[in-house]
Amino acid sequence: MSEKEIKNLEQIFEARIERDEKIEPKDWMPEKYRQTHIRQISQHAHSEIVGMLPEGNWITRAPSLRRKAALLAKVQDEAGHGLYLYSACETLGVSRDELYEQLHSGKAKYSSIFNYPTITWADIGAIGWLVDGAAIINQVPLCNTSFGPYARAMVRVCKEESFHQRQGFEIMLTLCRGTEEQKAMAQDALNRWWWPSLMMLGPTDAASVHTEQSLKWKLKRKTNDELRQQFIDQTVPQADILGITVPDPDLKWNEETGHYDFGEIDWDEFWQVVKGHGPCNKERMKARVDAWENGAWVRDAAMAYAEKQQSKKVAKAS
Amino acid sequence: MKKNWPLWEVFVRSKNGLEHRHFGSLHAADAEMALENARDVYTRRNEGVSIWVVESKYITASNPADNGELFEPAKDKVYRHPTFYNLPDEVKHM
Repeated sequence: MSEKEIKNLEQIFEARIERDEKIEPKDWMPEKYRQTHIRQISQHAHSEIVGMLPEGNWITRAPSLRRKAALLAKVQDEAGHGLYLYSACETLGVSRDELYEQLHSGKAKYSSIFNYPTITWADIGAIGWLVDGAAIINQVPLCNTSFGPYARAMVRVCKEESFHQRQGFEIMLTLCRGTEEQKAMAQDALNRWWWPSLMMLGPTDAASVHTEQSLKWKLKRKTNDELRQQFIDQTVPQADILGITVPDPDLKWNEETGHYDFGEIDWDEFWQVVKGHGPCNKERMKARVDAWENGAWVRDAAMAYAEKQQSKKVAKAS
Repeated sequence: MKKNWPLWEVFVRSKNGLEHRHFGSLHAADAEMALENARDVYTRRNEGVSIWVVESKYITASNPADNGELFEPAKDKVYRHPTFYNLPDEVKHM
């Protein structure tokens, strides 16, 4: 294709997105659109899969059968969300194996929040309340994104996510209405998860390299700073209901703007964790790589069995 | 020699009386596993009463580049629609 023809196709493409038309996998798309979507959707899928690990840590130690059943269901949902997203990503012409390979080699990223440890039961409450809360804020606008398979996957994810946040808040509420020690445990979890949750909404607009292009493609409908403000505005009153304190001395309601002002985020910490130096990066990656490698014989055996069954069927028919 | 599990497309009937609708895709070694995986991945909340799976390679899809010749001829056939025909207002039940 000549450069002029590509330019022409690009203009038609941009106009379609402008009109809010969806782009489907077999439609022509600029190479950069394809690559950006592979990067973002796979990063999102990896986050769901790695995100199972910190919570999986507490399944066997959940304090009641009710909590255990809920946590199991939540972790299973995350596996499901990862799978919806991987298959959406594969429609762009990348294979599942390549995607895993990118995760395992460190080439692809996942949400840095999952590199923090879950050291008490209250962390499970805080993750549901804060981490899933931030995820919902990130994800709801994506239900309207321009790439059809991604938008459809997100509709399903968002429908299921609301239970995650409510179960987390209920855990926090129970602890906060419990003994002094239980309430202190909830406060401690908020102290540790608050700032990483704010970071989860991404670098500031000034530092974000992808925002402008992503807004144009409707891969993002709001900037990171807008999403973060929304998260803070809706979460602070929830902390008030719990009766615990958000660990930010600069946090205060601003009558004039109608939003909360908040303190400086430690972006050095964020970049350290993104670059692999968080408390659990190595542990998380090892768990994923081990699962993949130790499961190889099962995948091979299933394939060999399927082929054998198939050839039996063929032999019978002939 | 490594062989990857093939890709399957999943169709779910959400309740009797409705058609099966495309829900997404997944990997599985064979049809039976594809059905079981589809149950776990796509119907965790009573989304379905029946599942179809078909290996993706058996689906032939039209090419969006051919949309002009495939679909445009229908556009100028407005006489296929009831609103094409002008009738006086006093004609009822039509």
